[in-house]
Amino acid sequence: MVEEEGFQRYLAHAILWIGIAIVAFPVYLAIVASTQDNAVIANGQMSLLPGGHFLETYYQTLFVGTSGSTREPVLNMMLNSLIMALLIAVGKIAISIISAYAIVYFRFPFRMAIFWTIFITLMLPVEVRIYPTYKIVADLHLLDSYAGLSLPLIASATATLLFRQFFMTVPDELLEASRIDGAGPFRFFWDTLLPLSRTNMAALFVILFILGWNQYLWPLLITTRDDMQTIQVGIRKMITTTDALTEWPVVMATALLAMLPPVFVVVVMQKLFVRGLVETEK
Amino acid sequence: MANVTLRSVRKTYPGGFEAIKGVDVDVGDGQFCVLVGPSGCGKSTLLRMVAGLETITGGEIDIGGRVVNQVEPADRDIAMVFQNYALYPHMSVYNNMAYGLRNRGMAEAEIRTRVEEAARVLELSPMLERKPRQLSGGQRQRVAMGRAIVRQPKVFLFDEPLSNLDAKLRIAMRVEIRKLQRRLNTTSIYVTHDQLEAMTLADILVVMNGGQVEQIGNPLDIYQKPATTFVASFIGAPPMNLMPLRSDELTSQIAGADGAGIVGIRPEDFVITGETASGGVALGLTVEAIEHVGAETFVYGSRRREEQGVAANPGELPPGEVIVRVPGTTGPAIGERIRAVAPRDKLHLFTADGRKRVGP
Repeated sequence: MVEEEGFQRYLAHAILWIGIAIVAFPVYLAIVASTQDNAVIANGQMSLLPGGHFLETYYQTLFVGTSGSTREPVLNMMLNSLIMALLIAVGKIAISIISAYAIVYFRFPFRMAIFWTIFITLMLPVEVRIYPTYKIVADLHLLDSYAGLSLPLIASATATLLFRQFFMTVPDELLEASRIDGAGPFRFFWDTLLPLSRTNMAALFVILFILGWNQYLWPLLITTRDDMQTIQVGIRKMITTTDALTEWPVVMATALLAMLPPVFVVVVMQKLFVRGLVETEK
Repeated sequence: MANVTLRSVRKTYPGGFEAIKGVDVDVGDGQFCVLVGPSGCGKSTLLRMVAGLETITGGEIDIGGRVVNQVEPADRDIAMVFQNYALYPHMSVYNNMAYGLRNRGMAEAEIRTRVEEAARVLELSPMLERKPRQLSGGQRQRVAMGRAIVRQPKVFLFDEPLSNLDAKLRIAMRVEIRKLQRRLNTTSIYVTHDQLEAMTLADILVVMNGGQVEQIGNPLDIYQKPATTFVASFIGAPPMNLMPLRSDELTSQIAGADGAGIVGIRPEDFVITGETASGGVALGLTVEAIEHVGAETFVYGSRRREEQGVAANPGELPPGEVIVRVPGTTGPAIGERIRAVAPRDKLHLFTADGRKRVGP
């Protein structure tokens, strides 16, 4: 590492601090806004110091909801989002690790064709195939359900590719040793491959959980009932009110609450996450 | 305990490439068989066919009186030690050894007895709870051995198990493996490209080249009576000097060389002297290089152009160069003219294509 001297070093630090301020200020503003009285904010006289309505606002947000727009407690929205994000993350990992296992370790007809088909779905995210997907989910009577929220997002080419790449780095001798040790395909998968994939699964879980948590368009389309609403959709609905005052403290509190689970997941799994992305275990 | 018999075993890959071109080997009960040959000669493929990791496209493999061509590796009652050890990285040493036994549904108490016994023999007892990555290369190698031992199989298969170790450890482990095999008296097949390892370990040595067996036999017999020029140059270091019987000078010196086209002389069979051995060979050499190894000295000499040798096989001497082994550290100086003499009974005669030995 090269140590910069004097001015250059201060300059570098100054740039970093400016960057941090730019990123952090809106978050700070949200925190402040969530503790103030709505009337003050509406008047455009919002102070940059926290107000005295912290407990009141968060109680209302979590357990009551806005008085005007959605009227759905945010705790319920968070629960919906959590279930959806977990289903998507776990479902994607489960399905892609199995399909990668099939593609790497088994010889069957059209193996490469199937691999390329999976690969091509990379080009077809939900947004592109939204109408047919909606039609299918509607025909299966999955609207307003957790299955409808998560199933269409579970099939995943990226995760399959990632596991495929990882499996290909696992030495063939491990499989051969397992065969000699009397482990069939299932035992090899369960006893050897899964434990070796642990860090990869953790890294994927973090990425996929955040991806699932942040879904907006799909939940917006297929949920109509307020009690199936996810938090991302909920925030938006809180703001679009034509005949009432937007309750900004509640909106800001909701926005902050929406940020918490991803932060929590990243912090908890950070060590595994980084290892999964950089380290190839020997 | 079991015999392993290979009957005209063949391996042809779907592309048409013939990796094994009909191999017949019979390994007796408790014997240590070493397959040796240059890389790409098919020795590892052959071993993997015995293990059941490669399909057999022709012939039969028989382990303990049962043809195993269609038998799964796990059901062949074999254990294999891999070159890179193939230890399960996420399992402790104990579990690495116990895994195969658990898959066979053995009682945990019996597993514990066997693993602890193997660990004691291999001096791994203090490391049973460690993970492979916390072990040194030699220790990992021993765990791989332990995994094979606890199974108490009919046959041990070794696929170049020592090639990832440093030179000193390799020799120590070589002796360990031999002692262990003698004690357990388990039939073993061992693949290596190191001719010294092959010579020291084998009861039966199988020299392979290009998917075929060049010679099978007791290591010393093979050393003393190589069947082809390939074997002659592959077994023994430095390699045997091979010279064509083209020039009149050589042919006139050798009695009873009918049908021979190549003469081979091991470096240690030369004597540097002023006299001529009757019926033997005397070569006039100019000393080009000298290697002092300590206990012995290798003298590299060149012959006159018309006496130059042939290079029929890889790893052989460049044409015209002759290696002479001199005991001790005394030897001629570089540039000196010397006379190297080999007696008649130390000569190896081969047909001109090098495929057949002539005479005794």
